[in-house]
Amino acid sequence: MHHVILGAGPAGVIAADTLRKQDAEAQITLISGEPEPPYSRMAIPYLLSGQIDEEGTYLRQDQGHYRNQGIDVVHARAGGVDSENKNLALEDGTELSYDRLLIATGASPIRPSVEGLNLPGVHSCWTLADAREILDRALKGDDVVLMGAGFIGSIILEALVSRGVNLTVVEMGDRMVPRMMDETAGAMLQRWCESKGVNVLTGTQIREIDRGKNRVDVELSSGKSIPAKLVVVAAGVAPNISFLEASGIKTGQGVTVNGFLRTSAKDVYAAGDVAQGKDMSTGAFSVLAIQPVAADHGRIAALNMAGYQTPHEGSLNMNVLDTIGLVSSSFGAWEGVKGGDNTRMSDEHAYRYLRLEFDGDRLAGAQAVGLTDHIGIARGLIQTGLRLGRWKDILMKSPERLAEAYVATAQGISTP
Amino acid sequence: MQMALVIDAGKCTGCKQCELACSYVKEGEFNPAKSRIRVFDFHQDARFVPYTCTQCDEAWCQQACPVNAITTNERGVKEVHDSLCVGCKVCTIACPFGTVNYNASTGKVIKCDECGGDPACVKACPTEAIVFMDVEQAGFDKMRQWAAKTDNAASAGQ
Repeated sequence: MHHVILGAGPAGVIAADTLRKQDAEAQITLISGEPEPPYSRMAIPYLLSGQIDEEGTYLRQDQGHYRNQGIDVVHARAGGVDSENKNLALEDGTELSYDRLLIATGASPIRPSVEGLNLPGVHSCWTLADAREILDRALKGDDVVLMGAGFIGSIILEALVSRGVNLTVVEMGDRMVPRMMDETAGAMLQRWCESKGVNVLTGTQIREIDRGKNRVDVELSSGKSIPAKLVVVAAGVAPNISFLEASGIKTGQGVTVNGFLRTSAKDVYAAGDVAQGKDMSTGAFSVLAIQPVAADHGRIAALNMAGYQTPHEGSLNMNVLDTIGLVSSSFGAWEGVKGGDNTRMSDEHAYRYLRLEFDGDRLAGAQAVGLTDHIGIARGLIQTGLRLGRWKDILMKSPERLAEAYVATAQGISTP
Repeated sequence: MQMALVIDAGKCTGCKQCELACSYVKEGEFNPAKSRIRVFDFHQDARFVPYTCTQCDEAWCQQACPVNAITTNERGVKEVHDSLCVGCKVCTIACPFGTVNYNASTGKVIKCDECGGDPACVKACPTEAIVFMDVEQAGFDKMRQWAAKTDNAASAGQ
């Protein structure tokens, strides 16, 4: 049995390890599209802030891990898939036959149609190669413009601040992290960042970037122009599916999969940022490009590849963000569900906020700013659909008692 | 034989010695906020529930860690390695039990590691509400059932 895993991010590496755990004999090939050992993009901000070196980003810290596990790591990029003949073509012209294939090619940064994005000094922050460029260019006191204050942009924001640059963030949405948190939370984050010396421009677009002398000039929709030594583009990501165009493998937003993470082609699976898997909040199939989903997908796809029928019950959208020391998180249907109740607790001065969304007496979504204790319980409650009964009424008045509500419900303590 | 923390909430008097012992042993200070075990009070029911990590088999925290900073030791315990943890906090939202927490003073996450096989909370508990025993014995089944409620995806295919 030859398992070929295309992509060496978290989904691919977890799949490889899971396959080895299930089958000591199988041949496992892990194909990485980048020259470094498999690493975590999520760790790049911590590389930029100097907390770790490049080795610290590696997904497996033991240098001999892949060799010891009998996982062949190949550095190549995919050219195409012939699922009839179970053949994978690589860009370097070589071909690889497989028995089971996992597509875990991840995503790539979107390049918005803004003139000047190809100028020197304009970079995405996605790969270790990007990180090296940013490390070279973002030095103390340098003028840096960050395009995008979504989740990824906001994580990069903290890393750039830690480098001591003079930072301006330009977000076209009406607030920071508009797809992760509501207006109250977004405004709180913005106020916090501004109090830390970051210039945050929401509701603003970058019109174009012009070449200046040893710098670029960033032209804004407001008419203003900002000089910058470095522009970091964080305008979202899109699944890497273009190599599948001629394969006949069905794609939509990402690679289409069923409830077992199988694609439309026999013995071909997909996982992680590239896969359009089930979202348990909506019941729909959509791309949820986050680390915990990649981890779940990788493991479940591998179990199915190894012959253990394992349904993927659906993933929960969730994010956690640290913006210069202010920690925020959101889970599931944080914007609420139709006909559901919600409750909010907010302390503007203390930078604390908690909003809970219910579907009947079940928790459907949550967001939190400045509150971290036992926060994973939000996931537990949403995912299990535990009926809160009378505890829902308590939470409506005192949302901060979420952890208590969970423990009480799970332990069968019903009296408030 | 696999030893584990087994909690019998019915025996807990809510004295919270476990929280103090834990924070003292792990952080060098008497600070319940930094304890890996927490006692929930349900005053009107006169119930107290000690609560900490159950060291799940396919641990969500471990799977979600992007830099392999959480590993399983020879006793099945999930340990956070401070030298590798970058403080991204993904494990804190991935753990559906909420038993991995962020420690802002170190910038790392903390969770129960059973004190390397000699748990301070057990020694501090005056009523044997928290004991350290062979997991095959009775009592662990209850924890298992509880864990299974949120652990359906993790246990599938096992």
